[in-house]
Amino acid sequence: MQEIDDNSGRASSWFFAGMRGILSLPALILMTSYIGFSAFALEAGLTRWQAVFMTLSIWALPAQMILVGSMLSGAHIAASFLAVTLSSIRMMPMVASIMPEMRTSRTPVWLLLFVSHFIAITSWVFALQNLRKVPKDHRLAYFSGFCVTLTLTNSVLVGIGYGLVSSFPPIIAGALFMLTPVYFLSSIWRSAQQTVVRIAFIIGVVMGPVMAYLAPGFDLLYAGIGGGTIAYLIDRRRRRNLAHSAGGAA
Amino acid sequence: MIDGWWTYVVIIVAGFVATDFWRWLGVLFGNRLREDSEALYWVKAVATALVMAVTAKLIVFPTGTLAASPLWLRLAAAGIGFAVFLATGRRIAVGVLVPIAILVVGLWLIGF
Repeated sequence: MQEIDDNSGRASSWFFAGMRGILSLPALILMTSYIGFSAFALEAGLTRWQAVFMTLSIWALPAQMILVGSMLSGAHIAASFLAVTLSSIRMMPMVASIMPEMRTSRTPVWLLLFVSHFIAITSWVFALQNLRKVPKDHRLAYFSGFCVTLTLTNSVLVGIGYGLVSSFPPIIAGALFMLTPVYFLSSIWRSAQQTVVRIAFIIGVVMGPVMAYLAPGFDLLYAGIGGGTIAYLIDRRRRRNLAHSAGGAA
Repeated sequence: MIDGWWTYVVIIVAGFVATDFWRWLGVLFGNRLREDSEALYWVKAVATALVMAVTAKLIVFPTGTLAASPLWLRLAAAGIGFAVFLATGRRIAVGVLVPIAILVVGLWLIGF
Protein backbone atom coordinates (compact mmCIF):
# COMPACT_ATOMS: atom_id res chain seq x y z
CA MET A 1 0.00 0.00 0.00
CA GLN A 2 2.98 2.28 0.51
CA GLU A 3 3.71 2.21 -3.24
CA ILE A 4 0.42 3.84 -4.13
CA ASP A 5 1.15 7.22 -5.65
CA ASP A 6 -0.30 10.06 -3.65
CA ASN A 7 -2.30 11.56 -6.49
CA SER A 8 -3.51 8.48 -8.27
CA GLY A 9 -4.34 6.61 -5.01
CA ARG A 10 -8.10 6.34 -4.96
CA ALA A 11 -10.15 6.43 -1.80
CA SER A 12 -11.39 2.89 -2.44
CA SER A 13 -7.89 1.40 -2.41
CA TRP A 14 -7.16 3.12 0.92
CA PHE A 15 -10.50 1.93 2.29
CA PHE A 16 -9.46 -1.58 1.25
CA ALA A 17 -6.02 -1.17 2.87
CA GLY A 18 -7.76 -0.20 6.12
CA MET A 19 -10.03 -3.25 5.91
CA ARG A 20 -6.96 -5.47 6.18
CA GLY A 21 -6.49 -4.22 9.75
CA ILE A 22 -9.30 -6.62 10.64
CA LEU A 23 -6.69 -9.40 10.66
CA SER A 24 -4.58 -7.67 13.34
CA LEU A 25 -4.13 -8.82 16.95
CA PRO A 26 -6.33 -6.02 18.43
CA ALA A 27 -9.20 -6.86 16.06
CA LEU A 28 -8.96 -10.56 16.96
CA ILE A 29 -8.95 -9.75 20.69
CA LEU A 30 -12.05 -7.59 20.29
CA MET A 31 -13.78 -10.42 18.39
CA THR A 32 -13.19 -12.87 21.24
CA SER A 33 -14.58 -10.26 23.64
CA TYR A 34 -17.72 -9.93 21.49
CA ILE A 35 -18.18 -13.72 21.47
CA GLY A 36 -18.14 -13.33 25.27
CA PHE A 37 -20.80 -10.61 24.94
CA SER A 38 -23.08 -12.86 22.85
CA ALA A 39 -22.96 -15.48 25.62
CA PHE A 40 -23.73 -12.78 28.21
CA ALA A 41 -26.68 -11.47 26.11
CA LEU A 42 -28.14 -14.96 25.84
CA GLU A 43 -27.85 -15.50 29.61
CA ALA A 44 -29.51 -12.13 30.20
CA GLY A 45 -32.51 -13.10 28.02
CA LEU A 46 -31.95 -10.85 25.00
CA THR A 47 -32.93 -12.30 21.62
CA ARG A 48 -30.35 -12.86 18.89
CA TRP A 49 -31.55 -9.82 16.91
CA GLN A 50 -31.58 -7.59 19.98
CA ALA A 51 -27.95 -8.57 20.69
CA VAL A 52 -26.95 -7.84 17.06
CA PHE A 53 -28.92 -4.57 16.97
CA MET A 54 -27.27 -3.49 20.22
CA THR A 55 -23.78 -4.15 18.82
CA LEU A 56 -24.49 -2.24 15.58
CA SER A 57 -26.24 0.73 17.18
CA ILE A 58 -24.14 1.27 20.34
CA TRP A 59 -20.73 -0.15 19.33
CA ALA A 60 -19.08 0.25 22.73
CA LEU A 61 -18.58 -2.92 24.73
CA PRO A 62 -18.60 -1.33 28.24
CA ALA A 63 -21.79 0.61 27.38
CA GLN A 64 -23.44 -2.58 26.09
CA MET A 65 -22.52 -4.52 29.25
CA ILE A 66 -23.86 -1.68 31.41
CA LEU A 67 -27.11 -1.44 29.42
CA VAL A 68 -27.75 -5.19 29.60
CA GLY A 69 -26.97 -5.13 33.33
CA SER A 70 -29.35 -2.27 33.99
CA MET A 71 -32.12 -3.84 31.85
CA LEU A 72 -31.65 -7.05 33.87
CA SER A 73 -32.10 -5.19 37.13
CA GLY A 74 -35.37 -3.73 35.79
CA ALA A 75 -34.10 -0.15 35.87
CA HIS A 76 -36.20 2.72 34.48
CA ILE A 77 -35.17 3.81 30.97
CA ALA A 78 -33.95 7.15 32.37
CA ALA A 79 -31.68 5.39 34.88
CA SER A 80 -30.31 3.16 32.09
CA PHE A 81 -29.69 6.25 29.96
CA LEU A 82 -27.78 7.94 32.80
CA ALA A 83 -25.59 4.90 33.53
CA VAL A 84 -24.73 4.38 29.85
CA THR A 85 -24.16 8.04 29.04
CA LEU A 86 -21.79 8.49 32.01
CA SER A 87 -19.70 5.57 30.77
CA SER A 88 -19.69 6.99 27.23
CA ILE A 89 -18.47 10.50 28.04
CA ARG A 90 -14.99 9.25 27.17
CA MET A 91 -16.10 9.11 23.51
CA MET A 92 -16.01 12.90 23.27
CA PRO A 93 -12.29 13.48 24.00
CA MET A 94 -11.39 10.22 22.20
CA VAL A 95 -13.13 11.32 18.99
CA ALA A 96 -11.95 14.93 19.35
CA SER A 97 -8.31 13.89 19.81
CA ILE A 98 -8.09 12.06 16.47
CA MET A 99 -10.14 14.56 14.41
CA PRO A 100 -7.22 16.94 13.70
CA GLU A 101 -5.19 14.05 12.25
CA MET A 102 -8.05 12.83 10.06
CA ARG A 103 -9.94 15.77 8.61
CA THR A 104 -8.75 18.04 5.82
CA SER A 105 -10.23 21.41 4.88
CA ARG A 106 -12.43 19.63 2.32
CA THR A 107 -13.82 16.88 4.59
CA PRO A 108 -17.60 17.31 5.00
CA VAL A 109 -18.80 17.35 8.63
CA TRP A 110 -21.65 14.90 7.97
CA LEU A 111 -19.10 12.32 6.88
CA LEU A 112 -17.11 12.77 10.09
CA LEU A 113 -20.33 12.51 12.13
CA PHE A 114 -21.16 9.25 10.36
CA VAL A 115 -17.68 7.74 10.78
CA SER A 116 -17.56 8.78 14.45
CA HIS A 117 -20.22 6.15 15.21
CA PHE A 118 -17.61 3.46 14.53
CA ILE A 119 -15.01 4.91 16.91
CA ALA A 120 -14.50 2.91 20.12
CA ILE A 121 -11.39 2.05 22.11
CA THR A 122 -9.98 -0.52 19.64
CA SER A 123 -10.33 1.74 16.60
CA TRP A 124 -9.03 4.72 18.60
CA VAL A 125 -5.85 2.77 19.42
CA PHE A 126 -5.66 1.72 15.73
CA ALA A 127 -5.83 5.40 14.75
CA LEU A 128 -3.08 6.35 17.22
CA GLN A 129 -0.84 3.59 15.87
CA ASN A 130 -1.46 3.78 12.11
CA LEU A 131 -2.79 7.14 10.88
CA ARG A 132 0.64 8.76 10.79
CA LYS A 133 1.79 6.21 8.18
CA VAL A 134 -0.95 7.28 5.74
CA PRO A 135 -0.97 10.46 3.59
CA LYS A 136 -3.35 12.95 5.20
CA ASP A 137 -5.78 13.08 2.26
CA HIS A 138 -6.41 9.35 2.54
CA ARG A 139 -6.56 8.89 6.31
CA LEU A 140 -10.34 9.10 6.58
CA ALA A 141 -10.84 6.45 3.85
CA TYR A 142 -8.19 4.22 5.43
CA PHE A 143 -9.61 4.58 8.94
CA SER A 144 -13.22 4.06 7.73
CA GLY A 145 -12.15 0.87 5.99
CA PHE A 146 -10.90 -0.48 9.30
CA CYS A 147 -13.55 0.68 11.74
CA VAL A 148 -16.67 0.06 9.61
CA THR A 149 -15.43 -3.45 8.79
CA LEU A 150 -14.65 -4.08 12.46
CA THR A 151 -18.18 -3.10 13.56
CA LEU A 152 -19.91 -5.13 10.84
CA THR A 153 -17.73 -8.21 11.45
CA ASN A 154 -18.41 -8.15 15.18
CA SER A 155 -22.15 -7.67 14.65
CA VAL A 156 -22.18 -10.76 12.42
CA LEU A 157 -20.08 -12.64 15.00
CA VAL A 158 -22.55 -11.80 17.76
CA GLY A 159 -25.36 -13.16 15.55
CA ILE A 160 -23.46 -16.37 14.80
CA GLY A 161 -22.02 -16.80 18.31
CA TYR A 162 -25.42 -16.35 19.97
CA GLY A 163 -26.57 -19.75 21.19
CA LEU A 164 -23.43 -21.42 19.88
CA VAL A 165 -21.79 -20.99 23.26
CA SER A 166 -24.38 -20.69 26.02
CA SER A 167 -21.66 -20.58 28.61
CA PHE A 168 -17.92 -21.12 28.81
CA PRO A 169 -16.05 -23.07 31.51
CA PRO A 170 -15.30 -20.47 34.25
CA ILE A 171 -11.53 -20.35 33.58
CA ILE A 172 -12.04 -19.70 29.84
CA ALA A 173 -14.73 -17.09 30.52
CA GLY A 174 -12.42 -15.40 33.03
CA ALA A 175 -9.54 -15.33 30.54
CA LEU A 176 -11.88 -13.85 27.88
CA PHE A 177 -12.94 -11.01 30.22
CA MET A 178 -9.29 -10.33 31.13
CA LEU A 179 -8.08 -10.11 27.49
CA THR A 180 -9.56 -6.68 26.81
CA PRO A 181 -8.06 -4.76 29.77
CA VAL A 182 -4.56 -6.28 29.50
CA TYR A 183 -4.59 -5.58 25.76
CA PHE A 184 -5.45 -1.92 26.41
CA LEU A 185 -2.67 -1.64 29.02
CA SER A 186 0.10 -2.76 26.67
CA SER A 187 -1.17 -1.31 23.37
CA ILE A 188 -1.98 2.15 24.73
CA TRP A 189 1.36 2.37 26.54
CA ARG A 190 3.13 1.32 23.36
CA SER A 191 1.28 3.85 21.20
CA ALA A 192 1.94 6.68 23.68
CA GLN A 193 4.41 8.94 21.90
CA GLN A 194 4.02 12.01 24.06
CA THR A 195 4.97 12.29 27.72
CA VAL A 196 1.59 13.83 28.54
CA VAL A 197 -0.12 10.61 27.41
CA ARG A 198 2.13 8.46 29.65
CA ILE A 199 1.44 10.66 32.68
CA ALA A 200 -2.32 10.52 31.97
CA PHE A 201 -2.06 6.73 31.54
CA ILE A 202 -0.57 6.27 35.04
CA ILE A 203 -2.94 8.73 36.71
CA GLY A 204 -5.96 7.13 35.00
CA VAL A 205 -4.99 3.60 36.06
CA VAL A 206 -4.65 4.68 39.71
CA MET A 207 -7.59 7.09 39.89
CA GLY A 208 -10.12 4.87 38.08
CA PRO A 209 -10.50 2.23 40.81
CA VAL A 210 -9.85 4.69 43.69
CA MET A 211 -12.60 7.03 42.51
CA ALA A 212 -14.93 4.11 41.79
CA TYR A 213 -14.55 3.29 45.48
CA LEU A 214 -14.82 6.88 46.78
CA ALA A 215 -17.42 8.33 44.38
CA PRO A 216 -19.28 5.52 42.57
CA GLY A 217 -21.26 6.77 39.57
CA PHE A 218 -19.12 9.85 39.02
CA ASP A 219 -15.76 8.11 39.21
CA LEU A 220 -15.04 8.38 35.48
CA LEU A 221 -15.73 12.10 35.52
CA TYR A 222 -13.24 12.66 38.34
CA ALA A 223 -10.63 10.23 37.01
CA GLY A 224 -11.00 11.44 33.41
CA ILE A 225 -11.47 15.18 33.54
CA GLY A 226 -9.75 15.64 36.93
CA GLY A 227 -6.96 13.13 36.33
CA GLY A 228 -6.45 14.22 32.72
CA THR A 229 -6.21 17.88 33.73
CA ILE A 230 -3.65 17.04 36.46
CA ALA A 231 -1.61 15.11 33.87
CA TYR A 232 -1.81 18.06 31.45
CA LEU A 233 -0.67 20.53 34.14
CA ILE A 234 2.26 18.31 35.23
CA ASP A 235 3.33 17.98 31.60
CA ARG A 236 2.97 21.69 30.86
CA ARG A 237 5.18 22.50 33.85
CA ARG A 238 7.70 19.91 32.62
CA ARG A 239 7.72 21.39 29.10
CA ARG A 240 8.12 24.95 30.42
CA ASN A 241 11.01 23.90 32.63
CA LEU A 242 12.65 22.20 29.66
CA ALA A 243 12.18 25.27 27.46
CA HIS A 244 13.41 27.48 30.29
CA SER A 245 16.59 25.48 30.96
CA ALA A 246 17.25 25.20 27.20
CA GLY A 247 16.83 28.95 26.90
CA GLY A 248 19.10 29.54 29.90
CA ALA A 249 21.81 27.33 28.46
CA ALA A 250 21.76 29.02 25.05
CA MET B 1 -36.98 -9.77 30.24
CA ILE B 2 -39.10 -7.00 28.72
CA ASP B 3 -40.53 -8.07 25.39
CA GLY B 4 -40.39 -6.95 21.80
CA TRP B 5 -40.45 -3.39 20.61
CA TRP B 6 -39.92 -1.78 24.01
CA THR B 7 -36.47 -3.41 24.26
CA TYR B 8 -35.55 -1.80 20.94
CA VAL B 9 -36.73 1.58 22.23
CA VAL B 10 -34.52 1.15 25.32
CA ILE B 11 -31.54 0.18 23.13
CA ILE B 12 -32.05 3.22 20.86
CA VAL B 13 -32.64 5.79 23.61
CA ALA B 14 -30.50 4.52 26.50
CA GLY B 15 -27.85 2.95 24.26
CA PHE B 16 -27.48 4.53 20.81
CA VAL B 17 -28.40 8.14 21.69
CA ALA B 18 -26.65 7.99 25.08
CA THR B 19 -23.39 6.98 23.38
CA ASP B 20 -23.44 8.68 19.95
CA PHE B 21 -24.34 12.03 21.50
CA TRP B 22 -20.77 12.17 22.88
CA ARG B 23 -19.25 11.00 19.60
CA TRP B 24 -21.04 13.82 17.71
CA LEU B 25 -19.91 16.37 20.28
CA GLY B 26 -16.38 14.99 19.84
CA VAL B 27 -16.54 15.64 16.08
CA LEU B 28 -17.85 19.19 16.52
CA PHE B 29 -15.32 19.98 19.26
CA GLY B 30 -12.44 18.19 17.50
CA ASN B 31 -13.06 20.18 14.31
CA ARG B 32 -12.01 23.33 16.18
CA LEU B 33 -8.82 21.79 17.56
CA ARG B 34 -5.58 22.53 15.76
CA GLU B 35 -2.75 20.01 15.60
CA ASP B 36 -0.05 20.69 18.22
CA SER B 37 -2.24 23.17 20.09
CA GLU B 38 -2.30 23.31 23.92
CA ALA B 39 -5.99 22.37 23.84
CA LEU B 40 -5.18 19.17 21.96
CA TYR B 41 -2.62 18.22 24.64
CA TRP B 42 -5.34 18.57 27.26
CA VAL B 43 -7.91 16.62 25.22
CA LYS B 44 -5.42 13.76 24.71
CA ALA B 45 -4.66 13.70 28.45
CA VAL B 46 -8.37 13.55 29.36
CA ALA B 47 -9.10 10.85 26.75
CA THR B 48 -6.19 8.71 27.95
CA ALA B 49 -7.04 9.11 31.65
CA LEU B 50 -10.67 8.15 30.94
CA VAL B 51 -9.79 5.08 28.89
CA MET B 52 -7.24 3.91 31.47
CA ALA B 53 -9.73 4.47 34.32
CA VAL B 54 -12.24 2.25 32.48
CA THR B 55 -9.48 -0.33 31.87
CA ALA B 56 -8.31 -0.42 35.49
CA LYS B 57 -11.92 -0.75 36.66
CA LEU B 58 -12.36 -3.81 34.39
CA ILE B 59 -9.53 -5.44 36.35
CA VAL B 60 -10.34 -4.23 39.89
CA PHE B 61 -14.17 -4.32 39.71
CA PRO B 62 -14.94 -6.84 36.93
CA THR B 63 -18.42 -7.91 35.86
CA GLY B 64 -19.33 -11.47 34.89
CA THR B 65 -17.30 -14.57 35.74
CA LEU B 66 -14.17 -12.71 36.85
CA ALA B 67 -16.08 -11.05 39.69
CA ALA B 68 -15.79 -14.33 41.63
CA SER B 69 -11.98 -14.53 41.25
CA PRO B 70 -9.62 -13.10 43.91
CA LEU B 71 -8.52 -9.48 43.46
CA TRP B 72 -4.90 -10.26 44.35
CA LEU B 73 -4.67 -12.74 41.49
CA ARG B 74 -6.05 -10.27 38.93
CA LEU B 75 -3.72 -7.53 40.16
CA ALA B 76 -0.72 -9.90 40.16
CA ALA B 77 -1.53 -11.10 36.63
CA ALA B 78 -1.91 -7.56 35.26
CA GLY B 79 1.02 -6.10 37.24
CA ILE B 80 3.58 -8.84 36.61
CA GLY B 81 2.44 -9.10 33.00
CA PHE B 82 2.92 -5.35 32.44
CA ALA B 83 6.37 -5.45 34.12
CA VAL B 84 7.45 -8.31 31.83
CA PHE B 85 6.06 -6.37 28.84
CA LEU B 86 8.15 -3.31 29.79
CA ALA B 87 11.28 -5.38 30.47
CA THR B 88 11.19 -7.36 27.21
CA GLY B 89 11.00 -4.62 24.60
CA ARG B 90 7.31 -3.70 24.88
CA ARG B 91 5.85 -6.31 22.53
CA ILE B 92 2.04 -6.32 22.68
CA ALA B 93 1.81 -10.10 22.31
CA VAL B 94 3.91 -10.42 25.51
CA GLY B 95 1.74 -7.84 27.27
CA VAL B 96 -1.35 -9.90 26.47
CA LEU B 97 -0.17 -13.50 26.79
CA VAL B 98 1.83 -13.26 30.07
CA PRO B 99 -1.03 -11.86 32.22
CA ILE B 100 -3.54 -14.30 30.70
CA ALA B 101 -1.18 -17.23 31.41
CA ILE B 102 -0.67 -16.09 35.03
CA LEU B 103 -4.43 -15.71 35.49
CA VAL B 104 -5.30 -19.09 33.97
CA VAL B 105 -2.63 -20.96 36.00
CA GLY B 106 -3.66 -19.09 39.17
CA LEU B 107 -7.37 -19.84 38.67
CA TRP B 108 -6.55 -23.50 38.02
CA LEU B 109 -4.37 -23.75 41.16
CA ILE B 110 -7.08 -22.34 43.44
CA GLY B 111 -9.64 -24.69 41.86
CA PHE B 112 -11.79 -21.95 40.25
